[in-house]
Amino acid sequence: MNPRILAATTGRILRQLRHDRRTIALLVVVPAVLLTLVYFMYADQPTPPGQPTTFDRIALVMLGIFPFVIMFLVTSIAMLRERTSGTLERLLTTPLAKLDLLFGYGIAFGLAAAVQAAVAAAVAYWIFDLDTAGSIGLVLGIAVLDAVLGVALGLLCSAFARTEFQAVQFLPVVVVPQLLLCGLFVARDQMAGWLQALSDAFPLSYAIEALQEVGAHAEPTGRMWRDVAVVLGAVVLALVLAAATLRRRSG
Amino acid sequence: MDDAIAVRDLVVDRGGRRVLDSISCRVPRGAVTGLLGPSGSGKTTFMRAVVGVQLVSGGTVTVLGQPAGTPALRHRVGYLTQAPSVYADLTVRENARYFAALYGRGRVEADRAISDVGLAEAAGQLVGTLSGGQRSRASLACALVGEPELVILDEPTVGQDPVLRADLWARFHAMAAAGTTLLVSSHVMDEAARCDRLLLIRQGRLIADDSPAAIRAAAGVDDLDEAFLRLIRAGEAASTSTDEPAARETA
Repeated sequence: MNPRILAATTGRILRQLRHDRRTIALLVVVPAVLLTLVYFMYADQPTPPGQPTTFDRIALVMLGIFPFVIMFLVTSIAMLRERTSGTLERLLTTPLAKLDLLFGYGIAFGLAAAVQAAVAAAVAYWIFDLDTAGSIGLVLGIAVLDAVLGVALGLLCSAFARTEFQAVQFLPVVVVPQLLLCGLFVARDQMAGWLQALSDAFPLSYAIEALQEVGAHAEPTGRMWRDVAVVLGAVVLALVLAAATLRRRSG
Repeated sequence: MDDAIAVRDLVVDRGGRRVLDSISCRVPRGAVTGLLGPSGSGKTTFMRAVVGVQLVSGGTVTVLGQPAGTPALRHRVGYLTQAPSVYADLTVRENARYFAALYGRGRVEADRAISDVGLAEAAGQLVGTLSGGQRSRASLACALVGEPELVILDEPTVGQDPVLRADLWARFHAMAAAGTTLLVSSHVMDEAARCDRLLLIRQGRLIADDSPAAIRAAAGVDDLDEAFLRLIRAGEAASTSTDEPAARETA
């Protein structure tokens, strides 16, 4: 890897995003609108004493899920476009290292996700009074990490898609099972053993658990740091595998 | 060591079909070598093998003294793909600056490459809004911006205005005079006369490897198109008389 090339690649990806005003608007506005929906869905639900409100519980998890899902999709399509436009093949004939490209995507979309998460968190905390025991900074940090996880999985999955149609199909294959089993719908320890095993194998489960730890504890817990480490490990693993799928030579 | 490219017995199979059939040739340094042949004759595959992105079944390709595809060569070889491979959602200038950065060059080189291909006035325009000819010149600028020692150009002048075509060829010769080696493919025979050396391939086989003057003299005609036709006829007569059924089935 080369810092100059990595910086140029990150800048190039951000510049592409900047030219696409509508995508920027969607990235920033949609999570806030969805949070509004969630807020009013649960506005009249009674809360048992001593428990967090349903909105608090769900909104916190959503702050991690939005960047994950959206960045997974955006990255899959962006990488597929690199392949189909021939720019990927061309890049691989230049001094660029594969990891320069992959980390470039991770950093660029991670930055975009930071903006997105900041807006969504601002709406959740200041308009809808989201209440978490831990700090908003930790929530934002974990949200960005979730986005980077989405980017890394998107980069990996795009290697297995030949067309945009196929790339979009990886959303139900890769993302939806992780959403279902991450503990949002049914607490992980109340699921059947084999479902728990699956949940344990999915990186998103750890990302969500880390957010829930921040929601429940004023100070960062050991479990939260362990979860963060697991997600980071999954990111590195996915990026290394994605690099292995990039072939400079083809038939 | 005087040759920029030395190819020995190059064989490439693609999808069960022999695309290049034991090609051996040399490309001298500091000259413009034309790679001529009809569509589907194997020109692009040959260029991909020289750049080092083509899986080959046999033979060797040596580029600037090293095996094709060696990492160090990526700094020294520029490649223009046949389909323009630039980012449609970036401006011409942003594209050129990005590829310049990959080769460690700056804004000055990027701007020079843009004006060299006659796009100075469109530098601020998004590539997606350019005409086909402009788009392929934007792609050409990105191949030249790193000031490589060896430039592989796959049909760089297709769809260009005659005046621009003449300018581009003048530019290629100026680069060659300064020591750059150029390998330029075309399926238009009138461009053959502009080259210092010619490689003619047809159906994956090398039919001629000489200077335009020598090819005219050998065929006994002044018109290169006619000269090639005679070479092909002569080659076919020779292969039927020596009875080579295997060579015919690729037709």
